[in-house]
Amino acid sequence: MLTKRLLACFDMRNGMVTKALQFQDNFDIGSAAEIACKIYEDQIDEIIFYDITASADKKPIDLATVRTVAKRVFVPFTVGGGIRNLDDMYQVLKAGAEKISVDSMAVRNPAIIEEGAKAFGSQCIVLSMQVKRVEKTERIRSGYEIAIDGARTYTGMDALEWAKRGESLGAGELCVNSIDCDGTHNGYDLEITGLIADAVSIPVIASGGAGEPSHIADAFLQTGASAAIISSMLYSPKLPRNYPVAEIKNFLLKEGIPVRPYLK
Amino acid sequence: MIGVIDYKAGNAPSVYNALKKIGGDVLMVKRAADLEKIHGVILPGVGSAMATMDSLNEMGIRSPLEKKVRSGNMPFLGICIGMQILFEHSAEGDVPGLGWLKGNVTRFDKNRVRVPQMGWNEVRFCRKHPLVENMGQSGHFYYVNSYHVNPADQDDILAVTDYDGDFCCMVQRDNIMAAQFHIEKSGPLGLKLLANYLQLVEGGKPLC
Repeated sequence: MLTKRLLACFDMRNGMVTKALQFQDNFDIGSAAEIACKIYEDQIDEIIFYDITASADKKPIDLATVRTVAKRVFVPFTVGGGIRNLDDMYQVLKAGAEKISVDSMAVRNPAIIEEGAKAFGSQCIVLSMQVKRVEKTERIRSGYEIAIDGARTYTGMDALEWAKRGESLGAGELCVNSIDCDGTHNGYDLEITGLIADAVSIPVIASGGAGEPSHIADAFLQTGASAAIISSMLYSPKLPRNYPVAEIKNFLLKEGIPVRPYLK
Repeated sequence: MIGVIDYKAGNAPSVYNALKKIGGDVLMVKRAADLEKIHGVILPGVGSAMATMDSLNEMGIRSPLEKKVRSGNMPFLGICIGMQILFEHSAEGDVPGLGWLKGNVTRFDKNRVRVPQMGWNEVRFCRKHPLVENMGQSGHFYYVNSYHVNPADQDDILAVTDYDGDFCCMVQRDNIMAAQFHIEKSGPLGLKLLANYLQLVEGGKPLC
Protein backbone atom coordinates (compact mmCIF):
# COMPACT_ATOMS: atom_id res chain seq x y z
CA MET A 1 0.00 0.00 0.00
CA LEU A 2 1.24 3.47 -0.82
CA THR A 3 2.13 5.18 2.46
CA LYS A 4 1.41 8.75 3.57
CA ARG A 5 4.44 11.01 3.36
CA LEU A 6 5.99 13.32 5.93
CA LEU A 7 7.80 16.26 4.35
CA ALA A 8 10.23 18.46 6.24
CA CYS A 9 10.09 22.00 4.96
CA PHE A 10 12.72 24.64 5.45
CA ASP A 11 12.84 28.28 4.48
CA MET A 12 16.39 29.06 3.50
CA ARG A 13 18.07 32.48 3.58
CA ASN A 14 21.76 32.85 2.73
CA GLY A 15 22.33 29.13 3.28
CA MET A 16 20.67 29.23 6.70
CA VAL A 17 17.33 27.77 7.71
CA THR A 18 15.04 30.50 8.91
CA LYS A 19 11.58 30.39 10.44
CA ALA A 20 8.73 32.85 9.97
CA LEU A 21 5.42 33.39 11.72
CA GLN A 22 2.58 33.91 9.24
CA PHE A 23 5.09 34.78 6.54
CA GLN A 24 6.79 37.49 8.62
CA ASP A 25 9.40 38.00 11.39
CA ASN A 26 12.11 35.54 10.38
CA PHE A 27 14.77 34.18 12.69
CA ASP A 28 17.67 31.84 11.80
CA ILE A 29 17.80 28.25 13.09
CA GLY A 30 21.02 26.80 11.61
CA SER A 31 22.90 25.80 8.47
CA ALA A 32 20.56 24.46 5.78
CA ALA A 33 22.87 21.63 4.74
CA GLU A 34 23.37 20.42 8.32
CA ILE A 35 19.71 20.56 9.24
CA ALA A 36 18.82 18.67 6.03
CA CYS A 37 21.35 15.92 6.85
CA LYS A 38 20.12 15.60 10.39
CA ILE A 39 16.52 15.25 9.33
CA TYR A 40 17.51 12.74 6.62
CA GLU A 41 19.29 10.62 9.24
CA ASP A 42 16.13 10.89 11.31
CA GLN A 43 14.35 9.21 8.31
CA ILE A 44 12.09 11.94 7.02
CA ASP A 45 10.37 10.89 3.78
CA GLU A 46 11.11 14.04 1.76
CA ILE A 47 12.69 17.46 2.11
CA ILE A 48 11.58 20.82 0.68
CA PHE A 49 13.67 23.96 0.60
CA TYR A 50 12.22 27.37 -0.15
CA ASP A 51 14.97 29.79 -1.03
CA ILE A 52 13.48 32.99 0.34
CA THR A 53 16.54 35.04 -0.58
CA ALA A 54 15.94 34.15 -4.20
CA SER A 55 12.19 34.75 -4.09
CA ALA A 56 11.97 37.86 -1.90
CA ASP A 57 15.24 39.61 -2.77
CA LYS A 58 15.25 38.52 -6.43
CA LYS A 59 18.73 36.96 -6.00
CA PRO A 60 19.90 33.87 -7.93
CA ILE A 61 18.97 30.50 -6.40
CA ASP A 62 21.56 29.18 -3.97
CA LEU A 63 22.71 26.27 -6.14
CA ALA A 64 25.77 25.64 -3.96
CA THR A 65 23.55 24.69 -1.02
CA VAL A 66 21.33 22.60 -3.30
CA ARG A 67 24.43 20.71 -4.46
CA THR A 68 25.70 20.14 -0.92
CA VAL A 69 22.33 18.86 0.26
CA ALA A 70 21.97 16.59 -2.80
CA LYS A 71 25.31 14.92 -2.03
CA ARG A 72 24.25 14.02 1.47
CA VAL A 73 20.52 13.42 1.37
CA PHE A 74 19.08 10.31 -0.32
CA VAL A 75 15.38 10.99 -0.20
CA PRO A 76 13.48 13.23 -2.64
CA PHE A 77 14.36 16.83 -2.39
CA THR A 78 12.32 19.77 -3.73
CA VAL A 79 13.54 23.32 -4.27
CA GLY A 80 11.32 26.35 -4.55
CA GLY A 81 11.62 30.10 -4.43
CA GLY A 82 13.02 32.32 -7.11
CA ILE A 83 12.45 29.95 -10.04
CA ARG A 84 11.84 32.27 -12.98
CA ASN A 85 12.09 30.18 -16.11
CA LEU A 86 12.89 26.83 -17.65
CA ASP A 87 16.61 27.40 -17.35
CA ASP A 88 16.31 27.97 -13.58
CA MET A 89 14.43 24.68 -13.36
CA TYR A 90 17.10 22.90 -15.35
CA GLN A 91 19.87 24.33 -13.11
CA VAL A 92 18.09 23.23 -9.93
CA LEU A 93 17.48 19.70 -11.27
CA LYS A 94 21.08 19.38 -12.45
CA ALA A 95 22.24 20.52 -9.00
CA GLY A 96 20.56 17.36 -7.70
CA ALA A 97 17.00 18.30 -6.71
CA GLU A 98 14.18 15.98 -7.80
CA LYS A 99 11.37 18.49 -7.94
CA ILE A 100 10.76 22.18 -8.42
CA SER A 101 8.14 24.10 -6.53
CA VAL A 102 6.53 27.06 -8.26
CA ASP A 103 4.20 29.54 -6.57
CA SER A 104 3.81 33.27 -7.29
CA MET A 105 5.65 33.02 -10.59
CA ALA A 106 3.16 30.38 -11.80
CA VAL A 107 0.25 32.68 -10.97
CA ARG A 108 1.84 35.42 -13.08
CA ASN A 109 2.74 33.05 -15.86
CA PRO A 110 0.73 29.80 -15.74
CA ALA A 111 2.39 28.58 -18.96
CA ILE A 112 5.54 27.83 -16.96
CA ILE A 113 3.74 24.85 -15.37
CA GLU A 114 3.01 23.43 -18.79
CA GLU A 115 6.48 24.15 -20.14
CA GLY A 116 8.17 22.68 -17.05
CA ALA A 117 6.03 19.55 -17.18
CA LYS A 118 6.77 19.10 -20.85
CA ALA A 119 10.51 19.59 -20.46
CA PHE A 120 11.12 17.62 -17.27
CA GLY A 121 7.95 15.63 -16.62
CA SER A 122 4.93 16.41 -14.45
CA GLN A 123 6.49 14.61 -11.48
CA CYS A 124 9.07 17.42 -11.25
CA ILE A 125 6.56 20.23 -10.93
CA VAL A 126 4.99 20.99 -7.56
CA LEU A 127 2.44 23.81 -7.65
CA SER A 128 2.53 25.50 -4.27
CA MET A 129 -0.45 27.67 -3.42
CA GLN A 130 -0.83 30.30 -0.71
CA VAL A 131 -4.48 30.12 0.30
CA LYS A 132 -6.41 32.49 2.52
CA ARG A 133 -9.88 31.96 3.94
CA VAL A 134 -12.23 34.75 2.71
CA GLU A 135 -15.93 35.37 2.45
CA LYS A 136 -17.59 33.29 -0.27
CA THR A 137 -18.47 35.42 -3.28
CA GLU A 138 -19.58 34.82 -6.83
CA ARG A 139 -15.96 35.04 -7.91
CA ILE A 140 -14.46 33.08 -5.01
CA ARG A 141 -16.95 30.30 -4.51
CA SER A 142 -14.74 28.01 -2.43
CA GLY A 143 -14.21 30.77 0.14
CA TYR A 144 -10.46 30.56 -0.33
CA GLU A 145 -8.40 33.09 -2.28
CA ILE A 146 -4.94 32.70 -3.79
CA ALA A 147 -2.25 35.10 -2.56
CA ILE A 148 1.27 35.58 -3.89
CA ASP A 149 4.59 37.15 -2.90
CA GLY A 150 4.68 35.87 0.67
CA ALA A 151 0.97 36.57 1.23
CA ARG A 152 1.49 40.24 0.42
CA THR A 153 -0.61 40.39 -2.73
CA TYR A 154 -4.11 39.03 -3.20
CA THR A 155 -5.09 37.86 -6.66
CA GLY A 156 -8.88 37.52 -6.58
CA MET A 157 -8.44 33.94 -7.79
CA ASP A 158 -10.45 31.09 -6.30
CA ALA A 159 -8.03 28.56 -4.73
CA LEU A 160 -10.07 25.54 -5.83
CA GLU A 161 -10.22 26.75 -9.43
CA TRP A 162 -6.49 27.46 -9.45
CA ALA A 163 -5.78 23.97 -8.09
CA LYS A 164 -7.79 22.36 -10.89
CA ARG A 165 -6.15 24.56 -13.48
CA GLY A 166 -2.71 23.65 -12.09
CA GLU A 167 -3.51 19.97 -12.52
CA SER A 168 -4.72 20.45 -16.08
CA LEU A 169 -1.60 22.46 -16.95
CA GLY A 170 0.53 19.51 -15.86
CA ALA A 171 1.54 19.99 -12.23
CA GLY A 172 2.46 16.66 -10.62
CA GLU A 173 1.57 17.66 -7.07
CA LEU A 174 -0.27 20.46 -5.31
CA CYS A 175 0.92 21.94 -2.03
CA VAL A 176 -1.89 23.71 -0.17
CA ASN A 177 -0.27 26.25 2.11
CA SER A 178 -2.69 27.96 4.49
CA ILE A 179 -1.84 31.57 5.28
CA ASP A 180 -4.24 31.54 8.24
CA CYS A 181 -2.73 28.44 9.85
CA ASP A 182 0.95 29.00 8.98
CA GLY A 183 3.05 29.30 12.12
CA THR A 184 0.10 28.94 14.50
CA HIS A 185 0.83 25.31 15.43
CA ASN A 186 -2.90 24.71 15.78
CA GLY A 187 -3.33 22.30 12.89
CA TYR A 188 -3.79 22.41 9.12
CA ASP A 189 -6.71 24.02 7.31
CA LEU A 190 -8.58 20.77 6.74
CA GLU A 191 -11.41 22.35 4.78
CA ILE A 192 -9.49 23.68 1.78
CA THR A 193 -7.03 20.77 1.85
CA GLY A 194 -9.97 18.36 1.64
CA LEU A 195 -11.78 20.36 -1.03
CA ILE A 196 -8.75 20.40 -3.28
CA ALA A 197 -7.77 16.75 -2.64
CA ASP A 198 -11.29 15.68 -3.64
CA ALA A 199 -11.26 17.81 -6.79
CA VAL A 200 -7.96 16.61 -8.33
CA SER A 201 -6.41 13.22 -8.99
CA ILE A 202 -2.77 14.25 -8.42
CA PRO A 203 -1.32 14.06 -4.89
CA VAL A 204 -2.07 16.93 -2.50
CA ILE A 205 0.25 18.10 0.29
CA ALA A 206 -1.22 19.67 3.44
CA SER A 207 0.88 22.59 4.62
CA GLY A 208 0.90 25.19 7.38
CA GLY A 209 -0.06 24.81 11.01
CA ALA A 210 1.26 21.46 12.25
CA GLY A 211 2.28 21.68 15.92
CA GLU A 212 1.84 18.11 17.13
CA PRO A 213 1.42 14.61 15.65
CA SER A 214 -2.39 14.60 16.03
CA HIS A 215 -2.59 17.48 13.53
CA ILE A 216 -0.91 15.31 10.92
CA ALA A 217 -3.23 12.40 11.71
CA ASP A 218 -6.21 14.77 11.26
CA ALA A 219 -4.98 15.79 7.81
CA PHE A 220 -4.64 12.14 6.73
CA LEU A 221 -7.86 10.90 8.33
CA GLN A 222 -10.12 13.81 7.46
CA THR A 223 -8.85 14.82 4.00
CA GLY A 224 -7.52 13.02 0.93
CA ALA A 225 -4.04 14.53 1.41
CA SER A 226 -1.17 12.24 0.35
CA ALA A 227 1.50 14.10 2.27
CA ALA A 228 1.90 16.60 5.08
CA ILE A 229 4.51 19.28 5.58
CA ILE A 230 6.04 19.76 9.00
CA SER A 231 8.70 22.20 10.03
CA SER A 232 8.53 23.94 13.43
CA MET A 233 7.58 20.79 15.30
CA LEU A 234 10.77 19.16 14.06
CA TYR A 235 13.29 21.80 15.00
CA SER A 236 11.96 25.17 16.13
CA PRO A 237 13.24 26.28 19.53
CA LYS A 238 10.13 28.46 19.85
CA LEU A 239 7.90 25.44 20.50
CA PRO A 240 7.58 23.84 23.96
CA ARG A 241 8.95 20.64 22.49
CA ASN A 242 10.13 19.14 19.18
CA TYR A 243 9.16 15.74 17.82
CA PRO A 244 11.57 13.21 16.30
CA VAL A 245 10.31 11.59 13.06
CA ALA A 246 10.15 8.16 14.74
CA GLU A 247 7.75 9.44 17.39
CA ILE A 248 5.49 11.05 14.77
CA LYS A 249 5.45 7.87 12.69
CA ASN A 250 4.64 5.70 15.70
CA PHE A 251 1.73 7.98 16.50
CA LEU A 252 0.42 7.81 12.92
CA LEU A 253 0.76 4.01 12.83
CA LYS A 254 -1.28 3.74 16.04
CA GLU A 255 -3.95 5.84 14.35
CA GLY A 256 -4.04 3.29 11.55
CA ILE A 257 -2.29 5.51 8.99
CA PRO A 258 0.15 3.69 6.69
CA VAL A 259 3.63 5.23 6.82
CA ARG A 260 7.07 4.15 5.63
CA PRO A 261 8.38 2.06 8.55
CA TYR A 262 11.10 3.56 10.69
CA LEU A 263 14.28 1.45 10.26
CA LYS A 264 16.11 0.66 13.47
CA MET B 1 34.02 1.63 -12.75
CA ILE B 2 30.28 2.17 -13.09
CA GLY B 3 28.83 4.45 -15.76
CA VAL B 4 25.71 6.54 -15.31
CA ILE B 5 24.17 7.62 -18.59
CA ASP B 6 23.81 11.39 -18.40
CA TYR B 7 21.07 12.66 -20.68
CA LYS B 8 19.27 15.94 -20.54
CA ALA B 9 15.98 14.95 -18.94
CA GLY B 10 17.55 12.35 -16.66
CA ASN B 11 18.47 12.65 -13.01
CA ALA B 12 22.00 11.31 -13.41
CA PRO B 13 23.43 13.60 -10.66
CA SER B 14 21.25 11.95 -8.00
CA VAL B 15 22.39 8.48 -9.04
CA TYR B 16 26.01 9.69 -9.20
CA ASN B 17 25.76 11.12 -5.67
CA ALA B 18 24.28 7.89 -4.30
CA LEU B 19 27.03 5.76 -5.89
CA LYS B 20 29.68 8.10 -4.51
CA LYS B 21 28.13 7.84 -1.05
CA ILE B 22 28.62 4.05 -1.03
CA GLY B 23 32.20 4.34 -2.28
CA GLY B 24 31.61 3.60 -5.95
CA ASP B 25 33.98 4.55 -8.75
CA VAL B 26 31.63 6.42 -11.10
CA LEU B 27 31.76 7.96 -14.55
CA MET B 28 29.08 10.13 -16.10
CA VAL B 29 28.56 8.64 -19.56
CA LYS B 30 28.02 11.42 -22.09
CA ARG B 31 29.09 9.70 -25.30
CA ALA B 32 29.57 6.24 -26.78
CA ALA B 33 33.34 6.24 -26.16
CA ASP B 34 32.72 6.45 -22.39
CA LEU B 35 31.19 2.97 -22.52
CA GLU B 36 34.67 1.54 -23.13
CA LYS B 37 35.84 2.69 -19.70
CA ILE B 38 33.11 1.09 -17.57
CA HIS B 39 32.17 -2.37 -16.29
CA GLY B 40 28.56 -1.73 -15.35
CA VAL B 41 26.02 0.77 -16.67
CA ILE B 42 23.06 2.49 -15.05
CA LEU B 43 20.31 4.16 -17.06
CA PRO B 44 18.49 6.51 -14.72
CA GLY B 45 15.33 8.21 -15.74
CA VAL B 46 12.72 10.79 -15.17
CA GLY B 47 10.48 12.31 -17.80
CA SER B 48 8.92 10.38 -20.63
CA ALA B 49 9.79 7.23 -22.55
CA MET B 50 9.93 9.15 -25.82
CA ALA B 51 12.28 11.84 -24.47
CA THR B 52 14.58 9.13 -23.12
CA MET B 53 14.65 7.18 -26.38
CA ASP B 54 15.27 10.41 -28.30
CA SER B 55 18.15 11.31 -25.97
CA LEU B 56 19.82 7.92 -26.41
CA ASN B 57 19.53 8.29 -30.17
CA GLU B 58 20.82 11.89 -30.16
CA MET B 59 23.80 10.92 -28.01
CA GLY B 60 24.58 8.16 -30.53
CA ILE B 61 24.68 5.74 -27.63
CA ARG B 62 21.81 3.40 -28.37
CA SER B 63 23.51 0.77 -30.53
CA PRO B 64 26.89 0.83 -28.69
CA LEU B 65 24.95 0.35 -25.43
CA GLU B 66 22.93 -2.46 -26.95
CA LYS B 67 26.14 -4.15 -28.04
CA LYS B 68 27.80 -3.84 -24.62
CA VAL B 69 24.78 -5.10 -22.71
CA ARG B 70 23.33 -7.69 -25.05
CA SER B 71 26.47 -9.25 -26.54
CA GLY B 72 29.05 -8.09 -24.00
CA ASN B 73 27.13 -9.09 -20.87
CA MET B 74 27.77 -5.77 -19.14
CA PRO B 75 25.59 -5.62 -15.98
CA PHE B 76 22.84 -3.12 -16.77
CA LEU B 77 20.64 -1.43 -14.18
CA GLY B 78 17.65 0.61 -15.34
CA ILE B 79 15.81 2.94 -13.00
CA CYS B 80 12.25 4.24 -13.51
CA ILE B 81 11.99 5.24 -17.20
CA GLY B 82 15.27 3.34 -17.56
CA MET B 83 13.21 0.23 -16.74
CA GLN B 84 10.22 1.08 -18.91
CA ILE B 85 12.19 1.59 -22.14
CA LEU B 86 13.59 -1.96 -21.87
CA PHE B 87 10.25 -3.29 -23.11
CA GLU B 88 8.82 -3.51 -26.60
CA HIS B 89 6.21 -0.79 -26.39
CA SER B 90 5.11 2.04 -24.12
CA ALA B 91 1.61 3.49 -23.97
CA GLU B 92 3.25 6.78 -22.95
CA GLY B 93 3.39 8.56 -26.29
CA ASP B 94 2.67 5.23 -28.05
CA VAL B 95 6.37 4.61 -28.75
CA PRO B 96 8.47 1.49 -29.26
CA GLY B 97 11.10 0.81 -26.59
CA LEU B 98 14.44 -0.97 -26.82
CA GLY B 99 12.68 -4.34 -26.77
CA TRP B 100 15.39 -6.09 -24.73
CA LEU B 101 12.62 -7.63 -22.66
CA LYS B 102 9.26 -8.85 -23.91
CA GLY B 103 6.18 -7.00 -22.75
CA ASN B 104 4.70 -3.52 -22.65
CA VAL B 105 4.19 -0.47 -20.49
CA THR B 106 0.73 0.76 -19.45
CA ARG B 107 -0.73 3.57 -17.35
CA PHE B 108 -2.34 3.33 -13.93
CA ASP B 109 -6.09 3.99 -14.05
CA LYS B 110 -6.67 7.48 -12.63
CA ASN B 111 -10.30 6.62 -11.96
CA ARG B 112 -9.11 4.08 -9.41
CA VAL B 113 -5.91 5.55 -7.89
CA ARG B 114 -4.08 8.87 -7.80
CA VAL B 115 -1.76 9.20 -10.80
CA PRO B 116 1.20 9.57 -10.57
CA GLN B 117 1.85 7.13 -7.78
CA MET B 118 4.07 9.30 -5.64
CA GLY B 119 5.64 8.16 -2.41
CA TRP B 120 6.97 5.18 -0.49
CA ASN B 121 5.40 1.81 -1.23
CA GLU B 122 6.27 -1.73 -0.21
CA VAL B 123 8.41 -3.78 -2.60
CA ARG B 124 8.02 -7.55 -2.18
CA PHE B 125 10.85 -9.64 -3.57
CA CYS B 126 9.64 -12.71 -5.49
CA ARG B 127 12.87 -14.68 -5.65
CA LYS B 128 16.50 -14.68 -4.63
CA HIS B 129 19.06 -12.73 -6.63
CA PRO B 130 22.39 -11.07 -5.72
CA LEU B 131 20.84 -7.63 -6.45
CA VAL B 132 18.34 -8.07 -3.61
CA GLU B 133 20.55 -10.07 -1.27
CA ASN B 134 20.21 -9.37 2.46
CA MET B 135 17.19 -7.16 1.88
CA GLY B 136 14.70 -9.44 3.64
CA GLN B 137 11.41 -10.28 1.98
CA SER B 138 10.25 -6.71 1.46
CA GLY B 139 11.03 -3.05 2.06
CA HIS B 140 9.70 0.44 1.32
CA PHE B 141 11.08 2.36 -1.65
CA TYR B 142 10.27 5.73 -3.24
CA TYR B 143 8.11 5.83 -6.36
CA VAL B 144 7.10 8.46 -8.87
CA ASN B 145 5.36 6.79 -11.77
CA SER B 146 2.25 7.02 -13.88
CA TYR B 147 3.14 3.95 -15.95
CA HIS B 148 4.32 0.44 -15.09
CA VAL B 149 5.71 -2.53 -17.02
CA ASN B 150 3.93 -5.79 -17.85
CA PRO B 151 6.57 -8.41 -18.65
CA ALA B 152 5.37 -11.13 -21.04
CA ASP B 153 7.64 -13.65 -19.35
CA GLN B 154 6.72 -14.01 -15.66
CA ASP B 155 10.21 -15.39 -14.96
CA ASP B 156 11.62 -11.90 -15.55
CA ILE B 157 9.79 -10.51 -12.51
CA LEU B 158 12.03 -9.98 -9.49
CA ALA B 159 9.68 -7.96 -7.26
CA VAL B 160 6.13 -6.60 -7.12
CA THR B 161 4.30 -3.71 -5.45
CA ASP B 162 0.61 -3.18 -4.80
CA TYR B 163 -0.93 -0.07 -6.36
CA ASP B 164 -4.41 -0.87 -7.65
CA GLY B 165 -3.25 -4.50 -7.54
CA ASP B 166 0.25 -5.91 -7.86
CA PHE B 167 2.46 -4.57 -10.62
CA CYS B 168 5.98 -5.62 -11.56
CA CYS B 169 8.45 -3.21 -9.96
CA MET B 170 11.73 -5.07 -10.53
CA VAL B 171 12.92 -7.25 -13.39
CA GLN B 172 16.01 -9.34 -13.97
CA ARG B 173 16.95 -11.43 -16.97
CA ASP B 174 20.60 -12.48 -17.31
CA ASN B 175 22.66 -9.28 -16.96
CA ILE B 176 19.66 -6.96 -17.43
CA MET B 177 18.22 -5.61 -14.17
CA ALA B 178 15.84 -2.76 -13.46
CA ALA B 179 13.63 -1.17 -10.85
CA GLN B 180 10.62 1.11 -11.25
CA PHE B 181 11.22 2.88 -7.92
CA HIS B 182 13.97 5.43 -7.39
CA ILE B 183 16.76 3.34 -5.87
CA GLU B 184 18.90 6.49 -5.50
CA LYS B 185 16.22 8.29 -3.47
CA SER B 186 15.03 5.45 -1.26
CA GLY B 187 17.13 6.22 1.81
CA PRO B 188 19.30 3.55 3.47
CA LEU B 189 17.48 0.64 1.78
CA GLY B 190 18.05 2.16 -1.65
CA LEU B 191 21.75 2.62 -0.91
CA LYS B 192 21.93 -1.02 0.20
CA LEU B 193 20.42 -2.19 -3.08
CA LEU B 194 22.82 0.00 -5.00
CA ALA B 195 25.70 -1.45 -2.98
CA ASN B 196 24.53 -4.93 -4.02
CA TYR B 197 24.72 -3.81 -7.65
CA LEU B 198 28.21 -2.39 -7.10
CA GLN B 199 29.28 -5.68 -5.54
CA LEU B 200 27.79 -7.55 -8.45
CA VAL B 201 29.74 -5.48 -10.98
CA GLU B 202 33.04 -5.26 -9.16
CA GLY B 203 32.98 -8.52 -7.25
CA GLY B 204 32.32 -10.42 -10.47
CA LYS B 205 29.45 -12.37 -8.91
CA PRO B 206 27.46 -14.59 -11.26
CA LEU B 207 24.37 -12.77 -12.44
CA CYS B 208 21.89 -15.60 -12.12
